[in-house]
Amino acid sequence: MSFMQIQDLRVHYPIRGGFFNTIQDHVLAVDGISMEFEEGKTYGLVGESGCGKSTTGKSIIGLEKITSGKIIYEGKDVTNARRQRNSAYNRDIQMIFQDAHSSLNPRKRVSEILAEPLRNFMKLTPDEERRRINELLAIVGMPEDVKLKYPHEFSGGQKQRIGIARAIATNPKLIIADEPVSALDLSVQAQVLNFMKDIQKELGLTYLFISHDLGVVKHMCDEINIMYKGRFVETGTKQDIYSNPEHIYTKRLLSAIPNIEPATRDERKIERQRVEANYQVENKKYFDENGRVFDLRPISDTHQVAMTASEQGGN
Amino acid sequence: MNNASELLTISDLHTGFSIKDTYYNAVDGVSLTLRKNEILAIVGESGCGKSTLATSIIGLHNSNKTRVIGEIKFKDLNLANLSEDKMNKVRGNDIGMIFQDPLSALNPLMRIGDQIEESLVYHTDLNQEQRKARVLELLAQVGIPNPTRTARQFPHQLSGGMRQRVIIAIAIACKPAIIIADEPTTALDVTIQAQILDLLIELQKETGAGIILITHDLGVVAEVAHRVAVMYAGQVIEEAPVNELFNNPKHPYTRSLLNSIPQANSNAERLQVIQGLVPSLINLPREGCRFAPRIPWIPAEAHEAQPALHEVAPGHLVRCTCWKHFYFQSEDEMGGIVE
Repeated sequence: MSFMQIQDLRVHYPIRGGFFNTIQDHVLAVDGISMEFEEGKTYGLVGESGCGKSTTGKSIIGLEKITSGKIIYEGKDVTNARRQRNSAYNRDIQMIFQDAHSSLNPRKRVSEILAEPLRNFMKLTPDEERRRINELLAIVGMPEDVKLKYPHEFSGGQKQRIGIARAIATNPKLIIADEPVSALDLSVQAQVLNFMKDIQKELGLTYLFISHDLGVVKHMCDEINIMYKGRFVETGTKQDIYSNPEHIYTKRLLSAIPNIEPATRDERKIERQRVEANYQVENKKYFDENGRVFDLRPISDTHQVAMTASEQGGN
Repeated sequence: MNNASELLTISDLHTGFSIKDTYYNAVDGVSLTLRKNEILAIVGESGCGKSTLATSIIGLHNSNKTRVIGEIKFKDLNLANLSEDKMNKVRGNDIGMIFQDPLSALNPLMRIGDQIEESLVYHTDLNQEQRKARVLELLAQVGIPNPTRTARQFPHQLSGGMRQRVIIAIAIACKPAIIIADEPTTALDVTIQAQILDLLIELQKETGAGIILITHDLGVVAEVAHRVAVMYAGQVIEEAPVNELFNNPKHPYTRSLLNSIPQANSNAERLQVIQGLVPSLINLPREGCRFAPRIPWIPAEAHEAQPALHEVAPGHLVRCTCWKHFYFQSEDEMGGIVE
């Protein structure tokens, strides 16, 4: 059973202008998306820059004001309550940021960085706090003497691990990982991804994994949502999306991923150009007259696609 | 290969930066050849010296803080010790450069057309009318849908992919013999990346230029390169034709890198991890095999004292002998995360 539901989430930014600086229009950054989270699973949110995937993550955790829609957490509506300190929701949803370096306060030592969420949400004695910090460092595989160091003394992969340690400090249920490895080198990326999988198993975490890298998403995620212009164009399990993509935008995205098989690159290029040409001709059918993506419709138990206009009318 | 097809020959290049009055070599003894009609990829992780190599070729270093030793032979010139005046004639004219971040490489206060025209003013005798015509021709060549309109626009009015096309137009404006592309698609989305890479391949075929493509993305390499040089800690550790490198990688570093890629078409549960860290410039091991500290389970005898590049197949060079004894360690043996 899912412990958290997101219903028809919308985040609209006003565009101001004109003589009195009145609201002229809205940017529909997130325009009606729904998701459900089950324990221990990883959910992928994929799309190109500007599609609204980061805004979605931020609005779930409360860094972005929600225009309309609901977030239901363990049966309670937390859409507006979520800014209160000490709320269970704030404690149970944590975030890992893309740029580990700028997400760590440069003037705080590692022990202070890790103590902050503990002091906010858990009433621990100084002894307990110290023990918990040691425990966290052990989980992320770092020696205890790093407690007294400052963030600039660490490498990129280590900083990201400190970021992860901070996120898991309060025993959260859901971690929103916004491009957690895209600033890292390949070998370090592998370390962090393996490690995220390990602690997921150990602690029963749920991830919302936001990324533009389809290789990484395939490696990490159970269920994947493809996002375009603030809406989902296709959602489904990993197999649904990668072996049986239905929406024209998903197909285009998948065909553009570079592959490490140079022998077949000419065939892939021809295929890619065919998909791209097809996209240029057909893509109008997949969006309504305002360029909006249609509503999702189920085509199997797990797989949902935003249908074309003709299919939409036929149903 | 005969000598006529060789565009650029780099031999034993050392580029060092001065830190507290000591020079540390970021590029440490690199020898490479770029041929006509070829895309040569240089791959490596951050800090391996790949960008330093590129900036050494085109002379973009602060000469007070940098020391370039070795030879970069282009035509009859040695670019490594060319005077600034002569370098200005080569830069932008014979060698074009494509930068990673198209927004910061463009002047935000100049119209697109004027920026492309700049190098034409400097390097060619065309009159104003001819230059304007050439600018429109270039914009059309790099696939910009409405050249006349775009030429009058400012960089902020264009999307990331369009900006990168403008950068490419500037790089090819004077029909250079060599194009250096430093991470040309890293800042772009996958669909745009695919378009830009296709454009590069097409331009390369049209102009016959040699391209040096610097990237950290092995996927990009597999899509476009003809030959690949893998760099680690300032040295080329493996060099091979692209098919050979991906089908038959030899050096432990190359093999580990290839195994650490999460692939869209594989279902492996875990990724291969390379122990330890890329050494920093100051702590770079200068003796022996530089990759040895990251594969400690391989006995010291397997490494050469002075690792050299050995030809293991035609055109396939591997540094050191440790690849003959290399095997992947299983995760249990590694004992969790080692830093």
